[in-house]
Amino acid sequence: MSSDTLSAFVAGAEDHHASVHPSAPDAVPGTVADLIDPPAVGVRLPDGLDLPEGVATDPTPAELDAANTGITAARLAIADYGTVVLESDAAGSEAVSLFPERHVAVVRAGDVVPGMREAIGRLGDRLRDGASEVLATGPSATADMGDLVIGAHGPREVEIVLVEDSDE
Amino acid sequence: MSKPDSRAETAARIRHLLETEGDAVAENTRGFNRGRHEAVRELEGYEALKSEARTVKEDAIERLPELIDDLREAVEANGGRVYVADDAADANAYVREVVDGGTVVKSKSMTTEELELNEALEADGAAVTETDLGEWVLQLADEAPSHIVGPAIHKSREGIADLFAETFDLAGEDRPETAEELTRFARERLLRDIREADVGVTGANFLAADSGTMALVTSEGNARKSAVVPDTHVAVAGVEKVIPTVEDLAPFIELIGRSGTGQDITSYVSLLTPPVASPPVRFSESDEPMADAGTAAGDGACEAHPDREFHLVLVDNGRLAMREDDDLRETLYCIRCGACSNSCGNFQSVGGHAFGGETYSGGIATGWEAGVEGLDTAAEFNDLCTGCSRCVPACPVKIDIPWINTVVRDRINRGGDPGRFDPLVEGLTPDDESGGIDPSKRLFGNFDTLAKLGSATAPLSNWGASLGPVRAAMDRWLGIAPERDLPTFERETLVDWFESRGGPRVSEGMARREAVVYPDTYTNHVAVDRGKAAVRTLEALGVRAHVPESTAVASGRAPLSQGMVETARGKAERCRDALLAEVDAGRDVVVIEPSDLAAFEREYERLLPEADATALADGCYEVLEYVYGLLENGAEPAGLAAAGDGHAAGYGDSRGAGDGGDDGESDGDGDGIPVAYHAHCQQRTLDLEAHTVAVLERLGYDVTTSETECCGMAGSFGYKSAYYELSMDVGEPLVEQFGDADRVLASGTSCCEQLDALLGPSTEHPIEAIAPPER
Repeated sequence: MSSDTLSAFVAGAEDHHASVHPSAPDAVPGTVADLIDPPAVGVRLPDGLDLPEGVATDPTPAELDAANTGITAARLAIADYGTVVLESDAAGSEAVSLFPERHVAVVRAGDVVPGMREAIGRLGDRLRDGASEVLATGPSATADMGDLVIGAHGPREVEIVLVEDSDE
Repeated sequence: MSKPDSRAETAARIRHLLETEGDAVAENTRGFNRGRHEAVRELEGYEALKSEARTVKEDAIERLPELIDDLREAVEANGGRVYVADDAADANAYVREVVDGGTVVKSKSMTTEELELNEALEADGAAVTETDLGEWVLQLADEAPSHIVGPAIHKSREGIADLFAETFDLAGEDRPETAEELTRFARERLLRDIREADVGVTGANFLAADSGTMALVTSEGNARKSAVVPDTHVAVAGVEKVIPTVEDLAPFIELIGRSGTGQDITSYVSLLTPPVASPPVRFSESDEPMADAGTAAGDGACEAHPDREFHLVLVDNGRLAMREDDDLRETLYCIRCGACSNSCGNFQSVGGHAFGGETYSGGIATGWEAGVEGLDTAAEFNDLCTGCSRCVPACPVKIDIPWINTVVRDRINRGGDPGRFDPLVEGLTPDDESGGIDPSKRLFGNFDTLAKLGSATAPLSNWGASLGPVRAAMDRWLGIAPERDLPTFERETLVDWFESRGGPRVSEGMARREAVVYPDTYTNHVAVDRGKAAVRTLEALGVRAHVPESTAVASGRAPLSQGMVETARGKAERCRDALLAEVDAGRDVVVIEPSDLAAFEREYERLLPEADATALADGCYEVLEYVYGLLENGAEPAGLAAAGDGHAAGYGDSRGAGDGGDDGESDGDGDGIPVAYHAHCQQRTLDLEAHTVAVLERLGYDVTTSETECCGMAGSFGYKSAYYELSMDVGEPLVEQFGDADRVLASGTSCCEQLDALLGPSTEHPIEAIAPPER
């Protein structure tokens, strides 16, 4: 992914009250660990990326309820908006990304696309195959109580770990 | 007979809403609207995206039955069920069977408001909780939504704090006060309900027929929780939400938040292809892992979770009939973004409880209510559309909302009691209408006849109309507000003046161009000075100007605004005959009154054969647009009045086209004479405000433009006693902005009247500020 797209992604995320943390693949556990407010629940990451110790994978509803941080992978990211694309899966990524006050999303730099058009283009066949995706941009928010409030039903804080492409 | 009682009731209801909800609604809608202006300015290719969105909806509605079949196939292939419900009772019966008296959490859905689904479920003993924070507030308060997107925008933070305290018996430190505290409180209460729910009910913003994917556009996250935590999900959506493919979602995702609240995107755009793969979250079995041990991100993402059940209820309820209705069909393109509400001057003042029906609110409500509820419901608020047209450029799918309102008004007119014709206005209404149309509408719709009589008998007519007993009778019988100054008819019309001065003063040989100044009813009979100013200005710029008697034909705009479509068509045909003859003779048609220009440019295509409408639209120009064009093409501004000296612009040398006049010493760089300028709403919709500003600045004026969408007067609207107060309230922001201005300019007759009423009488048309003095 071009550096322009990545810097646009960082700017887009910051515009929407989220932060981006670049990380080498093998540094992911450490980067994520620094972003955790325990207790944390998580979903095992794909492609050989590891989670730090102490994150409860295969969480129970009780663990989900008690967690302050939820860690999931993101399938794609959209530079223009600083959006991460979260996938509903059998591992429970949807709930883990939604219930805790802080969501840490891990996305590969190679999966950052410039705009909405490219994102929908990539998702089309996946959706036709039966997948469900959430385009999540920043924390949840509401203005229904008379003023803008960050964190309504969903997370109040969104931290994005951007995994740099390995040299291989 | 007229209906003084119902008028008084309407006025009282509007006054009550202005007092109780007006401030909160105004703050929210105007904030959304400002956000929209900014957000679409930043969006590259905004107009192209709108066209793309429009094309998708046109295609989808055209092919709707086929797409519904495709959608059913896709959803069933995923393991879900689809039910197409004929009407509300049918839809509710289906959902009741699924819910079976269980507990339900809901995400905001206007379609379920339309069905009154909550009441139907509660009749079976089901507990139903709205989880959208605004909708939950309304559920606690037992109220109806006032806005498609922000259902509780009419509620203040203080009002919500009181409501929570009272409902949950909270006092002292337990009582939430700030928006943050109120949100936390609601989140915690609602989470209890979400944990225990048997069924989640949501709407759907869009449904892709090729994949069975539904899009939910939300900011809070409650739709995600409602859809994914319980094992059963019921989505309820109107059939018009179906679009052909997933890829077709792209323009809507970029347009919907921007159009509605001014956000570039909302926090969550969920693209669910249910039944989804996520394991249900069973808080009743809280120590059992949700997922099978060892699963990783992405595992099983394309498989429905075995414990999940999904039902899609597609609601017809009149929509398929709307599809067959040439005038209502466009309503089905609506994506419920709320832009038409937020851009509407009247909605900004009184909100959806005045400007809404059973369910839907804002400009598009008339179309929805006429289609799903019937004309009686639509009639209640159809009057509140002034036809200002500011919602037209705001709509992301380019729905001509004022036209829908006009057509529905016409149908309502025709549905009246045919015995109710009032002899008081009989002689003044030589129209083509049948049925028991309201005499007030009939009078306003035939304003040109009144104006002819008024000029012929002036000043007696003006004196007579101003008498107390006459005004009282007008209020009682015709619903004309006694507080409002009536137009003063001039004895000498513009046509008479032009003839008496001896016709054109620029010789044929010396003329740069030939033009007809269109003597619209107002310019010819009431605002004659602006017509004279237009003639003098054109002559100063070398144009051979004419005002022939033959062109003094009413455009049909007045009957159109009353929903008198056939009368309007007849007038449009006569006007076309008069003006196209001039165009064919090589003359430009110069139009002063913006609402008449809007009739030629926007509405004649509905009233006349396409070729005629196009030829007339191509041949006519707004007067300052025309002046701008002349100056750009080398006409000398030396004869025009400039800021500072009253006349004779300070330009010595000639200026070529494209010079733009942004470097002269008397240009609008802050040292000119300040003027405050309010462009007519329809003129802005036609994108013609900038020409006036450019001409004024070129002549040395320092121009402040108004920030309101509409002054509230909008033709006849502010004359009506039921709406007088609303009209003045809509104009209030103009007082705030222009209150200290020395010189106020406005381009529409009714805007001038409204500004005179708000600020004191001195408003001029911009042409009067630049015209050479009369000799």
